[in-house]
Amino acid sequence: MRMKTILPLLIFGLAAGMLPAAAQEKLTIYTYESFTADWGPGPKVEEAFEAECGCDLEFISVADGVALLNRVRLEGENTKADIVLGLDTNLIHDAKETGLFVPHDVDLGRIDVPGGYEDDVFVPYDYGYFAFVYDTEAVSAPPASLKELVESDSDLKIAIQDPRTSTPGLGLLLWMKAVYGGEAATAWAKLEDKVLTVTPGWSESYGLFTSGEAPMVLSYTTSPAYHRIAEDSERYKAAAFEEGHYLQIEVAAKTATGAGNPLADQFLSFMTGPGFQDVIPETNWMFPAGQTSQPLNPVFGDLVQPARALLFTPEEVAANRKAWVDEWLAVMSQ
Amino acid sequence: MTRSTSFNGRIAAGAFALAAIAFLVGGAFAGLLVEATGDWRGALAAFDPYLVRVARFTLWQALLSTVLSVIPAIFVARALARHPRFFGRSFILQLFAVPLALPAIVAALGVLALYGRAGYFAPVFSALAQDRWPGIYGLSGILVAHVFFNLPLAARLLLAALENIPTNQWRLSAQLGMGARASFRFIEWPVLRAALPGVAGLVFMLCATSFTIVLTLGGGPRATTLEVAIYQALRFDFDPARAIALTLTQVALTALIVAAMGRLGASVTGDASLPASPRRALFPGNSEKLANAAIILTALAFVAGPMLATVLAGLQSELSRLAQEAAFLAALRTSLIFSASSAALCLLLSIALVMARRALEIRRGGGSIGPFEQMTDTGAMLVLIVPPIIIGAGWFILLRHLGDVFAFAPMMVITVNAVMAMPFTVRVLRPAHDAASARHEKLCLALGIGGWNRVRLVDWPSLRGPAGTAFAFAMALSLGDLGVIALFGSDQVQTLPYLLLQRMSSYRTADAAGLALFLGLLCMVLMFLAGRWGKERA
Repeated sequence: MRMKTILPLLIFGLAAGMLPAAAQEKLTIYTYESFTADWGPGPKVEEAFEAECGCDLEFISVADGVALLNRVRLEGENTKADIVLGLDTNLIHDAKETGLFVPHDVDLGRIDVPGGYEDDVFVPYDYGYFAFVYDTEAVSAPPASLKELVESDSDLKIAIQDPRTSTPGLGLLLWMKAVYGGEAATAWAKLEDKVLTVTPGWSESYGLFTSGEAPMVLSYTTSPAYHRIAEDSERYKAAAFEEGHYLQIEVAAKTATGAGNPLADQFLSFMTGPGFQDVIPETNWMFPAGQTSQPLNPVFGDLVQPARALLFTPEEVAANRKAWVDEWLAVMSQ
Repeated sequence: MTRSTSFNGRIAAGAFALAAIAFLVGGAFAGLLVEATGDWRGALAAFDPYLVRVARFTLWQALLSTVLSVIPAIFVARALARHPRFFGRSFILQLFAVPLALPAIVAALGVLALYGRAGYFAPVFSALAQDRWPGIYGLSGILVAHVFFNLPLAARLLLAALENIPTNQWRLSAQLGMGARASFRFIEWPVLRAALPGVAGLVFMLCATSFTIVLTLGGGPRATTLEVAIYQALRFDFDPARAIALTLTQVALTALIVAAMGRLGASVTGDASLPASPRRALFPGNSEKLANAAIILTALAFVAGPMLATVLAGLQSELSRLAQEAAFLAALRTSLIFSASSAALCLLLSIALVMARRALEIRRGGGSIGPFEQMTDTGAMLVLIVPPIIIGAGWFILLRHLGDVFAFAPMMVITVNAVMAMPFTVRVLRPAHDAASARHEKLCLALGIGGWNRVRLVDWPSLRGPAGTAFAFAMALSLGDLGVIALFGSDQVQTLPYLLLQRMSSYRTADAAGLALFLGLLCMVLMFLAGRWGKERA
């Protein structure tokens, strides 16, 4: 070890020795913003975990899952993050390529996500299904399948997101691919007439939807739960599609930095249990991937129950994403 | 003091300001180059036919938006200049600054609330077309939104130029019995023509780099700008090489067009006579009064419409709860501190640049413009074309080895916003400064006034009013922007627009509408204070 690294360690050691009370153990987690917002899961999760571990949990948040991966990628091995929480399965492949994440020690037996889940690095904490959410005051007979949405002659209009800039946008692209396969380009050409606009992110689309401009929007099956629980409104509903709905699983993993911190494993294991999972449904508006101590609010039971969960593996997505986005672009920009 | 030293100080100040901009942009590129170790061949492969179409569309929509914003703005500015006592004039001018501070999505929703598929005017349009109104998606939507943003901006900047016409010229025109047409041709047009290339260039750059508006109102990926491709390259594909290649393309193409616009303009020699009478002598005839009133009211209706829709949406939110929230108060404080700091920095740099340009112009006499002078003029504006996300990412890479990058986040936001606002503030300051310089330069030389004394006694009094406006402009602009940290985010920079977008992205659209209302109000207050401050003692 060179002098340069020894000296700070020495000073740190001295300081820690002199101030034993301040030398509380600390866990740093990088996540996305809506997780740490006042109304998000962050504050409650922090409280519950700190009570359990007697340590200090610090969340550092960036805009969204993609920004999260970029930030860790740029910080490289110097990252302060012990854990990165908030990537989804579509990002897992790229994340593994960075070599910055290490295998977990968590028993995935407590994890229950549709279609099952196996990974030695990433641990799921919640999931949701993409769905078209409609305004019952504007749409009386929503399409019953993706095929009906694509092929019918109705003058229904939808707001969707750009797969080049948005996670749900990419979700719809994969959904179409899962249902139509090689015919996806033709299907997009048909769907195009119904597309009111393609926004850069979810919030713009949803803003158009709630302002009444778009009668139907690409969102999640859980969106109506927010309106029912937080606003006591039944105006917005998700349309159930016969072919099934595309799944999004959100995951967390330990970094190389966190490998040396025993709190990291403790947190990942905590994450799969009730202390964390109880908080998720009504703060992150997703389904819990682990056990909760009580049944969910009955509103969640009334939501669309997809006939099938559609999901490509991270490898399939990584291998095809560019080609599929280009195919979409070619059709949609004619 | 010799003539040359009096110039050297000013030129050095300008050189410093330019160096600061170059450092900011160059540093970002350097950072990205460090990261872009690999694939330059891949970066070149990005220039496929699709991208060529994107580039063409980017320039085409920007050109149309510029023409549609700037030409009406000429008439609006002129009408406002000829009616200094028009009812509600200062309110209109304050209102004209609000679009600057609004996040693009708020403006887009405001525009759609009127002209959208379910907008207030949809029943009228449907009845006229005898078919269901599809909304203004497509090129028309992009143009309407861009004009909403830029017509008021261009009108204000052109008005700033018109207000520097010396009073005696107005008086003379009145004495000679010049009608509206003659005074436009001999008095207003020369000044406007000098200001137009700069203003049009600015508007062009803003439209060329438009992102949210183009995607949301454009209706789909047919309407895509290079900015979207850059964002995608850096954010989703994390390909710094391609991001740099695209940014350079964007800068080169835009610079070409802006340079071409510059050739259409003309430089005017300032009037060296001192303003003798404080009040303008304007006696427009009744028909002109009526026409001008119609022009002003039409522009007002166009600009105020979407804002009114925003206000109505905002009023439906729980404003009093929102105003008491700790998160709101903290964001308000952060916003005010950040935007005031960046406005102050921006003002300093802009004044340095404006003075240097003028000094260079005087020194060369009638010769042709050198590259340095060109840089102090339009060159520095090109910074607007470099996407903030590039600057943020580049500096992140450079700074990451210096400890916690996010300790630098507030500094980054302040600096980048200051530099990004410079093209605006320079437009506001330059006409006033150059006019004053034309009047005072010889006097200062004769009396041997230079250095700090000159700034304090001679330059500042005539710059004070425009400086107030420029400061408020810069503050409004910085209030609305968060592009720099878009890629990485940071908890330390939770400003009002940040809070607004955060609420929007977690179902709280009503809160977001309320915050947009507060943001607009804040902007109005800033403009009001700037106007008051400029008038005192001026």
